[in-house]
Amino acid sequence: MSALIETEKLTRVLPETVPVTLVKDITLAINEREFVAVTGPSGSGKSSLLYLLGLLDRPTAGRLRIGGRDAEPMNERERARTRLSMLGFVFQFHFLLPEFTARENVEIPMRKLGRLARPQMRERAGELLSSFGLGEHLEKRPDQLSGGQRQRVAVARSLANDPPLILADEPTGSLDSKSSEQVFAILENLVRERGKTVVAVTHDLDMAARMDRSIHIVDGKIG
Amino acid sequence: MPLIFDIAITHIAGRGRQTLVAVIGVAVGVGFSIAMAALMQGGQDDFVRQLVDTMPHVDITDEQRTARRQPAEDAFATVAISGLRPRDDRRGIINPTAATSWLESWIPGRFAASLKTQGVIRFSSREVGAAIIGIEPERESGVSPIVGNFVEGSFSALAAGGNNVLIGDTMASRLGAGFGDTITAVSAEGLTRNFKIAGLFHTGTTARDEGEAYLLLKNAQILSARPNAINEIRVKLDDPNRAPAVAQRAEAELGYKAVAWQEANESILEALVVRNVIMYTVVGAIMLVAGFGIYNIISTITHEKARDIAILKSLGFPESDMRRLFLLEGVAIGAAGSVLGALLGVSMTYTLSLVRFEIAATGQEMTRLPIAWSLMHYVIASAFALGSAAVAGYLPARRAARLNPVEIIRGAS
Repeated sequence: MSALIETEKLTRVLPETVPVTLVKDITLAINEREFVAVTGPSGSGKSSLLYLLGLLDRPTAGRLRIGGRDAEPMNERERARTRLSMLGFVFQFHFLLPEFTARENVEIPMRKLGRLARPQMRERAGELLSSFGLGEHLEKRPDQLSGGQRQRVAVARSLANDPPLILADEPTGSLDSKSSEQVFAILENLVRERGKTVVAVTHDLDMAARMDRSIHIVDGKIG
Repeated sequence: MPLIFDIAITHIAGRGRQTLVAVIGVAVGVGFSIAMAALMQGGQDDFVRQLVDTMPHVDITDEQRTARRQPAEDAFATVAISGLRPRDDRRGIINPTAATSWLESWIPGRFAASLKTQGVIRFSSREVGAAIIGIEPERESGVSPIVGNFVEGSFSALAAGGNNVLIGDTMASRLGAGFGDTITAVSAEGLTRNFKIAGLFHTGTTARDEGEAYLLLKNAQILSARPNAINEIRVKLDDPNRAPAVAQRAEAELGYKAVAWQEANESILEALVVRNVIMYTVVGAIMLVAGFGIYNIISTITHEKARDIAILKSLGFPESDMRRLFLLEGVAIGAAGSVLGALLGVSMTYTLSLVRFEIAATGQEMTRLPIAWSLMHYVIASAFALGSAAVAGYLPARRAARLNPVEIIRGAS
């Protein structure tokens, strides 16, 4: 298996009056079709690492390669383009656009990328949502869905452009146990059946134990 | 519908009441600007039209712009001249036949030669000072402001020959004379001659209605003891805007002062320019106020939609898309306000055009508000509105584009 993500001494320091180190000297490689947990106590830098891997934040030192490409020289537009085509995010809170329906939310990344015609986008969004058991809720807005349903819509949205890498920040953190299990099963299925790479930040050590491997972060470093 | 436009519409539709207030703010600004521009432009056009209609477009008189050169100045390199005394030069325009023939050959319009002198009109025991103007009726009809303004008699009565005179109705009432009465004209040279009032005109211009008397050119020449003399050529052009060029050429060729109507009314035209500057400044101020309304709503939306900005950025929207999104929201409000404002402007302008009244005390009659219907007013007001909307939208849009999605996501977690 080839590495989809590689980091070398990746460091992120907030330039405050007293500099705050979020992530320090993290060197890792995540391969294709891996299901990786990032664990650690609160404030250890798990989410910060995820935002760096997802090109939402820039490291203050170290190197990051994503899909074999060095992220350092990418400008803001290139980083956005990479997020759009190669990455899918799932956050702890669903982060859906409240004015749009479930189907429209899933269509948004596709419309931005513009690879498909509108009817194909609609069809794909419907298929994705149906595959996550949301076939009857396509035209509902987020406030008409339960927490678990919203999170499944968010997972469907992350897959809209068929990216190879899904980054999930506490995807089950705000869900009850039943919904958590459903979402976990979906993420696992993405790796096993659809060949995606999933990196998920989680507090749940039981859940992390069921993944391919765990990266444990303490005080911004791999512990 | 493009995605960004779709999101923009969703955002502003989500704040219906605030959006409506902002749109109405722009619409009122645009509507009032259009109505004000129509009224001011109408007033200006009416004023200029009166100037152009009542004045000759080019007035050639027997005066010189600069003092005549003395023969000694031509004979010697350096000359100091002192003790010059004025000469009573009453020749008028020298060789008038050649001058009028030359003008005839190229002037794009009509012209009439006349002899204008100062004198007194007497009737019964009353006297009125007047400009006594000798004219050739056939030519004068092409340039005269009085031809179509007769309350009694007609301009053609002068062409019939005889000792006829045309005077204004105000002069007639001051003299106590009426149509058909015989008045006495006294020239500056002291010569007197009787004329029968063959027409009373009313142009609405007090100075003309009260102070001008029109005779046949021959009669004026006899009255002023200046046979064959003319001292003024009045030109009406097919295109009044060509007056400065025509005046320049006529003056260069004939050597007499030729004044275009624009030059004669330079200070008035300057005042109109100043008035326009003031008008557009006021329009700009109105739009600035409307712009604050747009700024307010777009700022509120960007604040409320900070999470959406983070979502969209995490999905792969670059900063330029965020700028475009909120800029578009501002411009959409400006565009909606412009359309509504244009409709408001049309209805306000139409309502103003229906207002009728009279002002007789000033001697000028006006029976309705002068209104100018011009597409340019709508274009300018809408451009102002869209411009201020774009600026008002751009400032918060720029701020929104710079938002760090990580900070927002952390804040929400």
